[in-house]
Amino acid sequence: MTRLAVPKTYKLFIGGAFPRSESGRSYEILGADGAFLANAAKASRKDARDAVLAARKAVAGWAGATAYNRGQVLYRVAELLEGRRAQFIEEVRASEGLSEPDAAAQVDEAIDTWVWYAGWADKYAQVAGNANPVAGPYFNISVPEPTGVVAVIAPQGTSSLLGLVAVVAPAIVTGNAVVVVADERHPLSAISLAEVLATSDVPGGVVNVLTGSAAELAPWLAAHADVNALDLTGASELDWIDLQISAAETLKRVLPPAGGELDVRSLERITAFVETKTVWHTKSMR
Amino acid sequence: MTFLDYAPAPESRAILDLKPSYGLFIDGEFVDGHGEGFHTISPASEEAIAEIAAGDEHDVDLAVRAARRAYERVWSRMSGSDRGKYLFRIARLVQERARELAVAESLDNGKPIKESRDVDVPLVAAWFFYYAGWADKLDHAGLGPAPRALGVAGQIIPWNFPLLMLAWKIAPALAAGNTVVLKPAETTPLTALLFAEIVQQAGLPAGVVNIVTGAGETGRMLVNHPDVDKVAFTGSTAVGREIARAIAGTHKKVTLELGGKAANIVFDDAPIDQAIEGIVNGIFFNQGHVCCAGSRLLVQESVHEEVVDRLKARLSTLRLGDPLDKNTDIGAINSAEQLQRIRQLSDIGEAEGAERWSAECAIPDRGFWFAPTIFDNVSTSSRIAREEIFGPVLSVLTFRTPDEAIAKANNTPYGLSAGIWTDKGSRILAVADRLRAGVVWANTFNRFDPASPFGGYKESGYGREGGRHGLAAYLAPPAATPRRTAAGAERSIASRSASGGLENETSRADARTTISETPSADTDTRREGVTATRASRSSSKSASKKGSAK
Repeated sequence: MTRLAVPKTYKLFIGGAFPRSESGRSYEILGADGAFLANAAKASRKDARDAVLAARKAVAGWAGATAYNRGQVLYRVAELLEGRRAQFIEEVRASEGLSEPDAAAQVDEAIDTWVWYAGWADKYAQVAGNANPVAGPYFNISVPEPTGVVAVIAPQGTSSLLGLVAVVAPAIVTGNAVVVVADERHPLSAISLAEVLATSDVPGGVVNVLTGSAAELAPWLAAHADVNALDLTGASELDWIDLQISAAETLKRVLPPAGGELDVRSLERITAFVETKTVWHTKSMR
Repeated sequence: MTFLDYAPAPESRAILDLKPSYGLFIDGEFVDGHGEGFHTISPASEEAIAEIAAGDEHDVDLAVRAARRAYERVWSRMSGSDRGKYLFRIARLVQERARELAVAESLDNGKPIKESRDVDVPLVAAWFFYYAGWADKLDHAGLGPAPRALGVAGQIIPWNFPLLMLAWKIAPALAAGNTVVLKPAETTPLTALLFAEIVQQAGLPAGVVNIVTGAGETGRMLVNHPDVDKVAFTGSTAVGREIARAIAGTHKKVTLELGGKAANIVFDDAPIDQAIEGIVNGIFFNQGHVCCAGSRLLVQESVHEEVVDRLKARLSTLRLGDPLDKNTDIGAINSAEQLQRIRQLSDIGEAEGAERWSAECAIPDRGFWFAPTIFDNVSTSSRIAREEIFGPVLSVLTFRTPDEAIAKANNTPYGLSAGIWTDKGSRILAVADRLRAGVVWANTFNRFDPASPFGGYKESGYGREGGRHGLAAYLAPPAATPRRTAAGAERSIASRSASGGLENETSRADARTTISETPSADTDTRREGVTATRASRSSSKSASKKGSAK
């Protein structure tokens, strides 16, 4: 006699909470075999704006944490991911139609990639910043700082968990807060990742996950005046040039869609969303 | 005659050997422009200095083609050390002709000779000297393995520091291995054309540096030219936005150095004597025609009156007049158009309730002039506290706590620079941490150095000029390592379990070699594809474009 399973309700992740879409909409997620897997929340423009608001509130605290602290908090996420490894493998397998070993390989790579980024928290500033030997009695130093709120279109269609990790981890390791639109067809592992984040020490609002139509949500995020940067890595199928044009209105930093395969472990992805601050401090014996 | 009256001490113009008219500098030669020529005038006297050619679409195309040819055939094949040696030559030639360049700059721009002579031109030489040394050390810049140049850079510079902005653009571009087409500002083309002579004296291969003069339309053609790989712009945020829109969807890399509304924060324990000098330098240097000018003075309430009184006393000693006079502190406003904008915003400041005070000084009969002006009791919502005036106008606001100072300082869409005046070192660093600005000066202001990165947060633009960061702006990002990719995760796992860590490094290196053979073909197809997209798009978007590139 088989036990009747208890299926999960998949919702959005905004400001550390799991609301349904305010629009009341949801959409069907089918497995690779066409079978029904779940209904995912279909986020609206209002949800996107709520998510930006939550991200903005979270930036100061997260960016203000010590780099060592951020590194530990992110490493703990990897620990929790490892504990849920079987669940992620099953979700990736069912949704993307991968074999068990291929799904396991993706999940392992996602966890290891997360660990790789966690380690950068207290190192990237030493690589991306430097002291400047200016011609005068000044202590002059350039340090990178997080850009602020980053809106992200996650890679769509393949490697849903690894793709998500590859865009979220490099953005938040420096202290940015993100609003990420998950893989539209394979959003389940994104919401499970949100559950991991919610039970880790990552403050609410640092990562906000929207599921639904990337084509519908992206224009609102690209035009939002309180978004500082736009990661279009997963937007190659969208009208991303219009998104980039829209982002120009408030001079957002824009990372265009990745040509070819996505490099999931990349220092350039970290430095794409930082600003260099240079401080001149006088030297004097007075 | 008071102790403040000095006999005139003009720098001689005899050092200049100007031609009556200048053509465009393309492929190593001065050639005629096909656009409608114009005169560049001295803003201090309104007299015409020389006739300047204007580049049209054909000219811009010729210049870009020359730059492409020079890139493909000469510059990209030359060793880094030879590129560096050309830049060292240029640095020395600038030093040799320093006085001539300073006089030409003050004549054409209106800035006091003591600034062009002691700040602009020495920094120009320093900029070339600094980047010259990088040319053969790109591998050591920490910008990834085997850094590659981008190709042809289209560069558009403003009128406030004409020759210095040219150096900020050309020196790093050439050091990184790019060739350039530069468009100087319409009102200040003179020193760029003298620089073209220096390029000839240096024997720089033809086409490596091209200078196309003209107005905003010429700049727009340069930005939109499909064979430009990099756009570097310094100027207004409005034009910066237009450029960001224009390059959307193209392969072009872009650096934008735009407007600012910097807060200069004075705490009650600040060394007041130095602070007063710093505030004056922050906003009245170069007539306030400085994108990083400290145009919002935030003074702690307890020292507000003292600071404002002493500022007024200090401003009363500034001498406004002939830019070529060695005793002049405040030169001419660069153009009638700019003067009009300063007047208009000042009138609005007064209408919005701020208290206006201007230094009493004799205004010359001819030319464009604006007396140093302070607005006190300015509210945060006033337009003179929010908008860039780009003139010798200071808005004074007050605060009580450091938190309030930081909140007010950050309350702007701009984020280029900021100043902090206090004797507490730890407070400087804590406040600097929380200011959203690309350059923070503590107990000093308006310092520049080629080794020090400069550039903004938020709507002040993106990218950095100066230092190692400024070099990165002219290099292609490292090629993606194909070892771990989202699509290839399984493969990389397999190879990792089969071989050890060291093997892994080898396979990465191998993979990189395979990639590096393809990118030129890749980029070419992409460029063509994108150009086609842009072409079909530009017809619909061009109608909405406005503003002038300056």
